[in-house]
Amino acid sequence: MCGIAGIIHRTGPGDIGSEMTRMLQSMKHRGPDSSGFALYGQPTDLLVMRVKLADPSEKRDIGWAERLERHRDEVEHRLAKIGAMVDVLHGDQDYAYRVTFRYSGDLKPLADYIEDVPGCEVLSLGHSLEIIKDLSDAESVAERYKLTGFTGTHAIGHVRMATESDVDISGAHPYWAYPFSDIAVVHNGQLTNYHMWRRRLERKGHRFQSECDSEIIAVYLAQKMDDGLSLETAMKQSLDELDGVFTYLVVTADSLGMAKDEMAAKPLVLYESPELVALASEEVAIRAVLGREIDTYDPYEREVLVWNR
Amino acid sequence: MRISYDARGLAEPSAQAPRTATVERGADGATAVFDAAELTTRQINLELRRLVYDEGIGDVTILNPGAKHSIAVGILARCRITIDGSLGYFGCGLIDGPEIRIKGRVGWSVAENMMSGVVVVDKNAGSLTGAALRGGDVVVRGDVGARSGIDQKGGTILVGGNAGTMTGFMLQRGRQVICGNVGGGLGDSMYDGAIYVGGKITSLGVDCVEAELTADDGEFLARKLRIYGIEPPGAFRKFVCGRKLWNYDNLEPAERKLVL
Repeated sequence: MCGIAGIIHRTGPGDIGSEMTRMLQSMKHRGPDSSGFALYGQPTDLLVMRVKLADPSEKRDIGWAERLERHRDEVEHRLAKIGAMVDVLHGDQDYAYRVTFRYSGDLKPLADYIEDVPGCEVLSLGHSLEIIKDLSDAESVAERYKLTGFTGTHAIGHVRMATESDVDISGAHPYWAYPFSDIAVVHNGQLTNYHMWRRRLERKGHRFQSECDSEIIAVYLAQKMDDGLSLETAMKQSLDELDGVFTYLVVTADSLGMAKDEMAAKPLVLYESPELVALASEEVAIRAVLGREIDTYDPYEREVLVWNR
Repeated sequence: MRISYDARGLAEPSAQAPRTATVERGADGATAVFDAAELTTRQINLELRRLVYDEGIGDVTILNPGAKHSIAVGILARCRITIDGSLGYFGCGLIDGPEIRIKGRVGWSVAENMMSGVVVVDKNAGSLTGAALRGGDVVVRGDVGARSGIDQKGGTILVGGNAGTMTGFMLQRGRQVICGNVGGGLGDSMYDGAIYVGGKITSLGVDCVEAELTADDGEFLARKLRIYGIEPPGAFRKFVCGRKLWNYDNLEPAERKLVL
């Protein structure tokens, strides 16, 4: 089933960490397996990267802690080797780290080099995007990663009920549009031409970290933008090129967009005001952050909408 | 508000009616009002059932419904229910008899499988409005989403605004009146019944054809719109089943192509 949510402040930043937690927690019944956040903080000239070194669902054997430490050192070492000046490396969990650094080269070689470390996955990379995802419900994840008080302008989130792939961090949303900085996607639905698109995109040099069909959308949009299309045009093309049922949300450094398939098979409720736009699979999620009487509507089939902060 | 589950996975297994309603008994019957802001879904429905069935109150108002799901379902009595706000999914399903007014909007599947009565929504509705409707009137003053009246078997769905894709999908009996525009695939695979559209039509679905508007249709439309105070659009067009797919055993190749 899954639940998706998005929020964008149009008049300056807010506590998006708490807001997204409340939105996702109110939709816990749509997906208790894992919860994920894509949060946009205040951009700086530093790059921020979220990486995981292992999955919490893995068996913690005798060498687990030592191995993770070794891999963390390896990540640091490789960052230095490729020319990145590490500012802060901080771990909320022993398997999940946040690194800020100065780097002026291409992101793809850097991401590929880091992901070459065994078990390592770059969850997000950009000047303001941070993807936090883990098993269990939104409140637990927010507490574990201290998301309360995370100030920013926009965010998307996802609660997952796994239907097509494993319950682990790699299968959890949001997905970063590797290797493009500051782009992420959440999706509710099933894509039926997943394998076709995966093969097509792998031939173009893209990497996939999971067996989850939703990862296609992020990489698909990334490829289209690399071909020179605008985000909105790429999203419009996806309506014809992706098969199956989907409602997805996409975020970039300064915008939030939604697209719905031609069957309008997956729900989305939209609230729009001059101060903020909020979207979610259920209206209760929007009410969880607004707490007042609101008017909402459902976008129609084949609708693509984009808002800027 | 924490919702508990029992070992069988049932939500709120031991919920009780909260008995928080304010009841007023006057010369023309009793009315009751209660606030749903701090109540769970089951508590709201238990309180509503207590008032309608145990207390025999014919007029109940629910304040602050907060877009919760599955509110006012399965009410099988003649009564008047006012929802002072918005409902989430599956609101007012499986009802037989009540007159329900929702002052806000509703999510997906409002008045699903309703047998008789009236549901009036002042604002928008989500998809699957009046799915498998058997009787009564479902009125939405705003816009509705996709697949309104899917598998409808009777009754009337009246929409003041626009409707989405596959409106009247597999309609079997009953009528739909859409004053605004409708999306693609209107009346796809409908068996019978009629759909009246006041606005633009994106495309017709498989085996849905236009029919001539009769004097009886005109009388029906004028009467229904008048009852609910909906401004009629300039003119209506009527769509019915083309009946090409009624018999599957001897389909012509071209008709076979329609379904496959």
